[in-house]
Amino acid sequence: MNNRASTLALNAGLFLLAVITLTPVAWMVSASFMLPGEASTTPIHFFPMHPTLEHYEALTERLHVGRYFMNSFIIASVVTLISTFINSMAGFAFAKYRFPGRNKLFRFLLSGMIVPAQVTMLPLFLMLKSMGLVNTYVGVILPGLASIFGIFLIRQFAGSVPDSLIEAARLDGASEFRVYRSVVLPLCRPILYTLALFTFMGTWNDFMWPLIVMTDNANYTLPVAIANLKGEHLLDLELMMAGSVITVLPVLILFLAFQRHYIRGIMVGGVKE
Amino acid sequence: MSSRVRKVRHDNHTAAAWLFLAPAMTAIAVFFIVPVLSALIMSLTDFDVYALGDLSVVRFMGFHNYVRIFETPLFWTALKNTFYFVLVGGPLSVAASLGTALMVNSKLARFKSFFRTVYFLPVVTSLVAVAVVWRYLYHPAHGLLNLFLSWFGVAPIDWLGNPAIAMPAIIVLAVWKNFGYNMLIFIAGLQNIPDDLYEAARIDGAGAWRQFIDITIPTLAPTTVFVVMITIIGYFQLFAEPYVMTEGGPMNATTSIVLMMYEQGFRWWNMGFAAALAFVLFVLILFFSIVQMLIQRRLQR
Repeated sequence: MNNRASTLALNAGLFLLAVITLTPVAWMVSASFMLPGEASTTPIHFFPMHPTLEHYEALTERLHVGRYFMNSFIIASVVTLISTFINSMAGFAFAKYRFPGRNKLFRFLLSGMIVPAQVTMLPLFLMLKSMGLVNTYVGVILPGLASIFGIFLIRQFAGSVPDSLIEAARLDGASEFRVYRSVVLPLCRPILYTLALFTFMGTWNDFMWPLIVMTDNANYTLPVAIANLKGEHLLDLELMMAGSVITVLPVLILFLAFQRHYIRGIMVGGVKE
Repeated sequence: MSSRVRKVRHDNHTAAAWLFLAPAMTAIAVFFIVPVLSALIMSLTDFDVYALGDLSVVRFMGFHNYVRIFETPLFWTALKNTFYFVLVGGPLSVAASLGTALMVNSKLARFKSFFRTVYFLPVVTSLVAVAVVWRYLYHPAHGLLNLFLSWFGVAPIDWLGNPAIAMPAIIVLAVWKNFGYNMLIFIAGLQNIPDDLYEAARIDGAGAWRQFIDITIPTLAPTTVFVVMITIIGYFQLFAEPYVMTEGGPMNATTSIVLMMYEQGFRWWNMGFAAALAFVLFVLILFFSIVQMLIQRRLQR
């Protein structure tokens, strides 16, 4: 095959794959604007004949999607703020201090990454129950605060902060916290954005834990609400699509706006020879 | 004198380090390590719905729960299904990621960052939401997939209603949802291969295929092992797809270990039994992780 033909074949392949990848998402958006029943009439058509917002109206007016959205938003925001803060401190400590047991502790944490979260869920639920935290924001938030992956990510990045800068700040009389706040954090800003983005999206999309903790309909996060909505409205295809759009869209926008940061995180976390 | 100064400073730094570590380590201890140990103890008891009200009825049962698990036919079904998902879905996902990474990274490819972004989009979507969407794509009468296949003369398929096809259907969804993530890791790995390696091979007269076999594959091997490991760990935790799409059916064909654990633990409150199930899952993941580590070590030599 000559070069021109291979170029054409390769790019056609890439294009076809892009179409396949986007079709489910595009169809979700398109069907969410269709009239009730339209998406399941034959012959199937891809675009709405009479675009309507009625499903979005039904979701916000009758089905409390605004409340689920706020639940998801508050939980994801609080987890992101607190966890970025405490994991960045821990990552900094691992990267820039020598203290007895440092490497052992770090290796111990890393080995914890292979323990599936499901192992912790039953005792965690009982623990929260005894503290009266079942069915509360706090109950969903607490277990998500410390992240071994987050600590690892910050440690990898903070290692490149020059010791000389830290020493200089100390000679100027800066406290250790001041060194962290005014020297290390600003230099680590790119990876902090990355970690915050990862955490927000991960918490927003998390399903099993909020499903377990939130027992009352009013406290559902969006994914839990969608899964629950499916029970009553399974046949309302267009309505379910609108609900899916509302669940997916915020993180999709976040990703498209900040993808540079997101992609860097995967590279730093993934390639660690 | 100077050594005393250094000593004092050293102690100060140790104290500072521990202060920085304290919040995260406390959270990890309370919300991770304690629960893992509690789950281990719990798995050795008959903790059930009565114990939720009155802890004093809990009795120590030794390994009874584990024996019961192995005597439960549904466990073997769930184990088989989970292995099916991991051992078929895992390699398919990794292969899709690698193939796409090679295509995107090729010198001939245009609009690389556009394609990279598009392929990555499914990764950031909510699994529950896209599982709902795919449920409709798989609809036997009105689903887009059957419409597409009908253009090629394929008769309608009941994707999620047929016990033999339901798991493959879930695997297709999982590959679509996840391939973009590992693709990025592979692209990073490919970009780390120095160009002069290929240059040298070209001078030696190696064609594209030879270069791929002799340079790309071996240098990418550590990345591949890493990717396979995170994929396998993730795929063992199959839950939301069957929960949303099939509720474990039809005829338990998509019941996974985690779904079974969820139902036992949080629907029927057989928490001792469910904790034992969670540990069986953990042991499986541990086993695969050790195998991976051994391979990694051999590769490094």
